[in-house]
Amino acid sequence: MAQSVPTPRRAAGVRLALHPAVVGVLGFAAALAIAHAGGSVYGATLVARTALLALAAVSLSFLIGQAGLVSFGHAAPLGIGAYVVLIAGEYGVTEMLVVLPLGFAAAALFSVATGAVALRTRGVYFIMITLAFAQMIYYVAASLSAFGGDDGMAIAARSTLFGLRLLKSDTGLAMLAVALLGLALFGLDRLIASRYGLMLRAGRANEAKLQALGLDPYRHRLIALAIGGGLAGVAGVLLANQVEYVSPATMNWHVSGELIVMVVLGGTGRLAGAVLGAVAVTLLDETLGHFTEHWKLGLGLVIVAVVLLRGADLKALLRGGAA
Amino acid sequence: MPPAMPSVPNRILLAAAVALLPGATVLPASAVADPLKIGFVSTLSGPSAPLGVHMRDGFQLAVKELGGKLGGQPVEVIVVDDELKPDVAVTKVRALLDRDKVDLVAGVVFSNVMMAIQKPVLESETFLISGNAGPSPLAGKGCSPFFFSASYQNDQNHEVMGKYAQDKGYKRVVLMTPNYQAGKDSMAGFKRHFKGEVVEEIFTQLGQLDFSAELAKIAAANPDALFTFMPGGMGVNLTKQFAQAGLAGKVPFLSAFTVDETTLPATQDAAVGLLSGAEWAPSIDTPENKAFVAAYEKEYGVVPSLYAAQGYDAAKLIDGALRQAGGKVSDKQAFRKALAAAPFKSVRGTFAFNTNGFPIQDFYVVKAVKRPDGKFATAVETKVFEKAKDAYAGDCKLK
Amino acid sequence: MTTALFVSQLLNGLQLGVILFLVAAGLTLVFGVMDFINLAHGVQYMLGAYLVAVLTAWTGSFAAGLLLGLVGALVLGFVLEVLVFRHLTRRDHLEQVLGTFGVILIVTELVRILFGSAPLAFPTPAVFAGSVTLLPGLNYPVWRLVILVVGLAVAVLLWYLVNRTRLGMLVRAGSTHPETVSALGVDIDRLFLVVFAFGAMLAGLAGAMAGPLVSVEPTMGDRILIVAFVVVVIGGIGSIKGAFVSALVVGLVDTLGRAFAPDLLKVLVGKSAAAAAGPALSSMLIYLLMAVVLSVRPSGLFGGRSA
Repeated sequence: MAQSVPTPRRAAGVRLALHPAVVGVLGFAAALAIAHAGGSVYGATLVARTALLALAAVSLSFLIGQAGLVSFGHAAPLGIGAYVVLIAGEYGVTEMLVVLPLGFAAAALFSVATGAVALRTRGVYFIMITLAFAQMIYYVAASLSAFGGDDGMAIAARSTLFGLRLLKSDTGLAMLAVALLGLALFGLDRLIASRYGLMLRAGRANEAKLQALGLDPYRHRLIALAIGGGLAGVAGVLLANQVEYVSPATMNWHVSGELIVMVVLGGTGRLAGAVLGAVAVTLLDETLGHFTEHWKLGLGLVIVAVVLLRGADLKALLRGGAA
Repeated sequence: MPPAMPSVPNRILLAAAVALLPGATVLPASAVADPLKIGFVSTLSGPSAPLGVHMRDGFQLAVKELGGKLGGQPVEVIVVDDELKPDVAVTKVRALLDRDKVDLVAGVVFSNVMMAIQKPVLESETFLISGNAGPSPLAGKGCSPFFFSASYQNDQNHEVMGKYAQDKGYKRVVLMTPNYQAGKDSMAGFKRHFKGEVVEEIFTQLGQLDFSAELAKIAAANPDALFTFMPGGMGVNLTKQFAQAGLAGKVPFLSAFTVDETTLPATQDAAVGLLSGAEWAPSIDTPENKAFVAAYEKEYGVVPSLYAAQGYDAAKLIDGALRQAGGKVSDKQAFRKALAAAPFKSVRGTFAFNTNGFPIQDFYVVKAVKRPDGKFATAVETKVFEKAKDAYAGDCKLK
Repeated sequence: MTTALFVSQLLNGLQLGVILFLVAAGLTLVFGVMDFINLAHGVQYMLGAYLVAVLTAWTGSFAAGLLLGLVGALVLGFVLEVLVFRHLTRRDHLEQVLGTFGVILIVTELVRILFGSAPLAFPTPAVFAGSVTLLPGLNYPVWRLVILVVGLAVAVLLWYLVNRTRLGMLVRAGSTHPETVSALGVDIDRLFLVVFAFGAMLAGLAGAMAGPLVSVEPTMGDRILIVAFVVVVIGGIGSIKGAFVSALVVGLVDTLGRAFAPDLLKVLVGKSAAAAAGPALSSMLIYLLMAVVLSVRPSGLFGGRSA
């Protein structure tokens, strides 16, 4: 892992330029620019959607990869962020600078409140208890008949930014999503490199030792849940704006599952892996869907192939083949 | 690692980001759309897929019969699967509008999907022809000159059963629907014409598997009739368990979108004799309908459902309107006028459009029967409404 | 509320419970013995229902269809284990989740290609059709009684296998001290293959039992899977006894909740509030139950090891 190996001295500028956050943002920005130049409105839609899904996946990757907290309920904070847009909109609040922090706070609050209970458990039990809490909030959302109940509801209008309708076009929204993704990648990366990040990873590896040192992994994990959940809430705010429609379907456990797929597909070791996973899943969905009604078969084959190949010792396989 | 090279994951990241582009630039805006392009939105995966498959097959059958043309124009039908997820549907519809530059959007089985996609479609002034979903906002205050329904308004098939229960003189009825908006609308629709006592309103979980608790309650209440709305797989579960509980034949089973040709192949004998409200059945005796049912059975090997009939009618409607508008959608005024005249022979017989773009048509109580050839189908039992308009048209400001 | 209604709801709850137990038993064994998370277990439930439905129609006899179908489920369990699962056993939990999720997509789509999206016919076997009068005013479907009997019989059989046979001893030991078992010279891979295929057959049996009650369609395993996981976790991973107790509790809580929670709420908070909250509350009861159990006992009711 990059953090544990003393890096050879490199010019700070080069290091910054190679930072996953920068590379990611540049990649998305390039895609957006080319789409824009090609006159493709849909290109912008796709970039916006991919970037916001990547943001949700990155927030989950932070929990899974760094804190060792496998949440199977990450759709809940995502959906809460989306519902914040809907509910705030019904009360006439549509400014992004208000809605974004609100979405972060509401989702973080949910994650902390449920996390306080969930963190009593470990491993698979933690996976399932997070699912339970997400299902509960799903049913709560489905019973909010003032906000469309199970059907959901269209948001009043897309959020404004600085009071201006900068997000009306998908290009504007895509730029915001990409910028927020970059910020999140950069911020989380700093956090991981900090003392706090070290502590999180240490807690994952050896809890007893940490406790013997008088450190409290519980508090660290709770903070991690707040950050991860909050960022998913931000992604939810963006999602509601991209779709202009909010429904409980966003909180369904399938969505939690898809986010886990993105994170694990890209590799849990690095945050950038989650971005890769999100891009891969969106692209597969986008391209395979055009060829066949049975595109899920293709997706399944790709997933199984990736998992099996990643596990196989490729060098041994090659040797075996040559012999 | 040489400092100038990005590390491997970063390179992949960049490559993947760039790979977003083909999808985005495959069709330059300048591509001259030779064939008429129709985006067809349907639910093709998940437990509700059979409904979407029927609607799509009905539409495709009409296009095939017309030689791959509508209104004499070659057409390209781009079918997308909405997965019954509003956010997925919106993204895919944006792709249809912005990338594929479709001339028309048609289909849509479920109302939540319809409510999510209607905004981008109608705001871009693209015509939207519903093959099934008919949510009340689109019929009333939120009606649009670009929206036409080849199906019904959501409340109507429930109203049919309410009227039927009233006419039959049932005094005590139990209502049971899933706990979501369409379920609540269904009960409201039923109660619009039913004036007897509603003994109990039971709301179940969406996608519920086991109805034993509810059936026990119903048996205990011993009502004059049960009215229920359980679309798709839920309807199959309920029908089978209703028969097993020994309630079939004891408590009249009135339903909407519960017993139809998408579920009958699975429920078979358990469903025979159960009643349903519908605007169409395979037994309707017109030459168009007979030809349609025969062609559908030959092509797909199953009896068509009302979803299939609506999909078929949607294609025929577009065909007729295109003929009248000279094969062009671009003159929106002219095309709207052509659509509003409903210049086609519906498989349901009488069919005209109201000012809000919803049909004026007859409604029936239909009954599940076993046909002489061993296949199961619904057949008209009695006509309940003649040339019925929906309850919301008055709120629509269109003329 | 009459006694007859209450008794029938009790039976309904128990009957849902034994179906859940059949699915959860295989899941918890595989979990316990190999520390393996198998999301594709729901698919095996679906395959069981399909196999028995198709083979019953083909042979014209439910008994033959069931027998052949169970053998088929066992064989498919072997095939999946050899093709995919055995390569995932010593991997990270998340890789197992991802891999088995992929298997769900593949198998579900293959079934859809072969049989279409439409639900398949699976009539109640003629001998068990109809209902019997258990108490005055209580008619109960025969098939649901059959499910109860079969489920309880399987529970007894499993109890015997796990507690009274050498294989069972290995399974029990494997779930708590896997290193010791392999040190004893037992081929843990083969043990896993057997346990896995057996679990697949139990899931298939559950599918066949549920077939006459529910819609037999390609995604029917999705919903049962999550509930089965809830059962396994409440009971404690790896514990057959835990799975049995928790399956019955979940079945009862879910059924009785749906039957009586709305009425209870009406008394407590008034009619309009109850109408709004009742259905949502009864839908989330089992998740509430799981959250409460885990917050008090973080390793489930009978779980020794925190997996």
